[in-house]
Amino acid sequence: MAEITYREALKEGLREEMQRDERVFIMGEDVGLNWGGAFKVTKGLAEEFGEARVRDTPISENTIAGAAVGAAITGLIPVVEIMFGDLITLSMDQVCNQAAKMHYMFGGQTSVPLVLRSVFGGGKNLASHHSQSLESWFMHTPGLKIAVPAFASDVKGLIKTAIRDPDPVMFFEHKLVYDKKEEVPDEDYTIPFGQAKVRREGADVTVWGTFFMLHKALEVAEELEKEGISVEVIDPRTLAPLDTKTLIESVKKTGRLVLVTEETKTGATTAEIAAIVQEEAFDWLDAPIKRVNAPDTPVPFSPPLEQYFIPNNKRIARAIRDIV
Amino acid sequence: MAVDKKTLKELYARTLKVRRFEEKVWDLFGENIVPGTLHLYLGQEAVAAGVTVALEKTDWIQSTHRGHGHVIAKGADMNAALAELLGKSTGSCKGKGGSMHITQFDAGVLGATGVVASGLPIAVGAALSCQMRGTKDVVACFFGDGASNNGTFGESLNMSAIWKLPLIWVVENNLYAMGTPIKMTCPSATIAQRADGYCIPNVVVDGNNAQEVYEATVEAVKRARSGEGPTLIECQTYRMRGHSRFDPAKYRPEDEAKHWLSEERDAVRIIREIAIKQGALTETEAEKIEAKITKDVEKASEFAKKSEFPKPEETLDDVFAGVL
Repeated sequence: MAEITYREALKEGLREEMQRDERVFIMGEDVGLNWGGAFKVTKGLAEEFGEARVRDTPISENTIAGAAVGAAITGLIPVVEIMFGDLITLSMDQVCNQAAKMHYMFGGQTSVPLVLRSVFGGGKNLASHHSQSLESWFMHTPGLKIAVPAFASDVKGLIKTAIRDPDPVMFFEHKLVYDKKEEVPDEDYTIPFGQAKVRREGADVTVWGTFFMLHKALEVAEELEKEGISVEVIDPRTLAPLDTKTLIESVKKTGRLVLVTEETKTGATTAEIAAIVQEEAFDWLDAPIKRVNAPDTPVPFSPPLEQYFIPNNKRIARAIRDIV
Repeated sequence: MAVDKKTLKELYARTLKVRRFEEKVWDLFGENIVPGTLHLYLGQEAVAAGVTVALEKTDWIQSTHRGHGHVIAKGADMNAALAELLGKSTGSCKGKGGSMHITQFDAGVLGATGVVASGLPIAVGAALSCQMRGTKDVVACFFGDGASNNGTFGESLNMSAIWKLPLIWVVENNLYAMGTPIKMTCPSATIAQRADGYCIPNVVVDGNNAQEVYEATVEAVKRARSGEGPTLIECQTYRMRGHSRFDPAKYRPEDEAKHWLSEERDAVRIIREIAIKQGALTETEAEKIEAKITKDVEKASEFAKKSEFPKPEETLDDVFAGVL
């Protein structure tokens, strides 16, 4: 067990899976020798495994995703990197019409064991085309599995599960968590999909969130502890499958729920979670469910604008205080 | 190139098989028992026959929305194919796919797709997989003149060329993308010449002449198997019917339709005459082959009609290959 960054943990997972199974290969724009990925996740892997297995591609997102589909149905396990989550818009046909539907519309004749890695989120002043959080789009597409690791100790186990899964997995990361450190097991370990993790136990209110917002929620929980408010923080770790059991149990205990993500509010994952909880735990709720999201605007560039856009500790704390 | 007698006979048989299959589908449609829409392959049979006769059983094809002919020519089971078109549980996709997704994976069909031009990236991935796994298998990717105006055409041709993939790009130029004539959407005299920009050897053949298609494919397969990369074959052909089930194709000029739909241009007649002239086929043999095909198609039709519809709750099956 060593303390390493999220980036290092993710790379370790990729490396171990490539060593374990020669069918696994990486493909994407600038993932190889010259760059090692825009966020350096694959740096060094091309040197270790060769340029055929850590393959640079032209800027052709739709064909990168489609080639992953074709490779996956004929005996390989592609791990594709789309440089920014915003650019999956260019791969949507292959992701949502092909990868997600093939097993179903071909009556189970073939499965599509691919992993598509990409990165969401703002905080780096990269403006409207490099900062979005679009995970709910994929939650609305049956046939996809969605991992949303926010911590170093989870990302290694989840990437291994993703690679070993027979279905297409969208593996979403966040720009601001790559440098976050945690103790990560050195050995081979997997984390099953559909198992949320209670990151902090509490009695008064449940906070459910994803990605960088979880890190903020934990800071807020720490602050509020001093005021005598006990906050439970839940990380779903995967959105599909979604662990509703852990969440519902928590809500039944605390009676209050705040949902925090960096997505724009309308149609976000938080809307779905709120609907599920009111269906399954309405009688246990002592207050309305609160949502903390970004406003319904594109992600702005200028620092004061972006800071306004992204939910901050103050907004999370206010939402909690409002219902406690 | 001399084509041996056995191959000529097979070209005739396969062209005829696709013709008889599609005629049966048209009849069943007349009986009002084919749900949804249909894109019939009638008129273009020589393309599927010529290409697939040049392939091995272990080679792959990628099909389109007009896919019945490709799948049958590649050796798919006709019972399962016809049952699929009728939406029966014995269909190759258990009634989940229908005409636009008619697929038999074990016959070497990667898939049939309802999104024009979406098959090209998948073919790239399958060919990459053949190359990376060190097989000698090749992939033939069918697509239409309309698809050659989509972005994936450029992305996928480019990727196949830079990686020297074992791919045969088969453009079925039937002169119309639904109702839009190719001369309105393509500035060059041929689609084939677009491949020059990607340094891909290309050729234009008479798509109603199975022997010509076969000969061009044999050359392309040789190039692909020996690691020299992709080839593009433009097969110029014509639909005998409209784009889809209710389209009378009134937009096609009378003299053009008269020429293409004349007996002299008929795909079955052309290969039959060639085979007889070359001494590969006698009139008696031709009739025997035809009687066998007619009987098989009739049997498939009976099988499909007698088969049960899936149970409504089977809607929920096969979304994932693994557990969710």
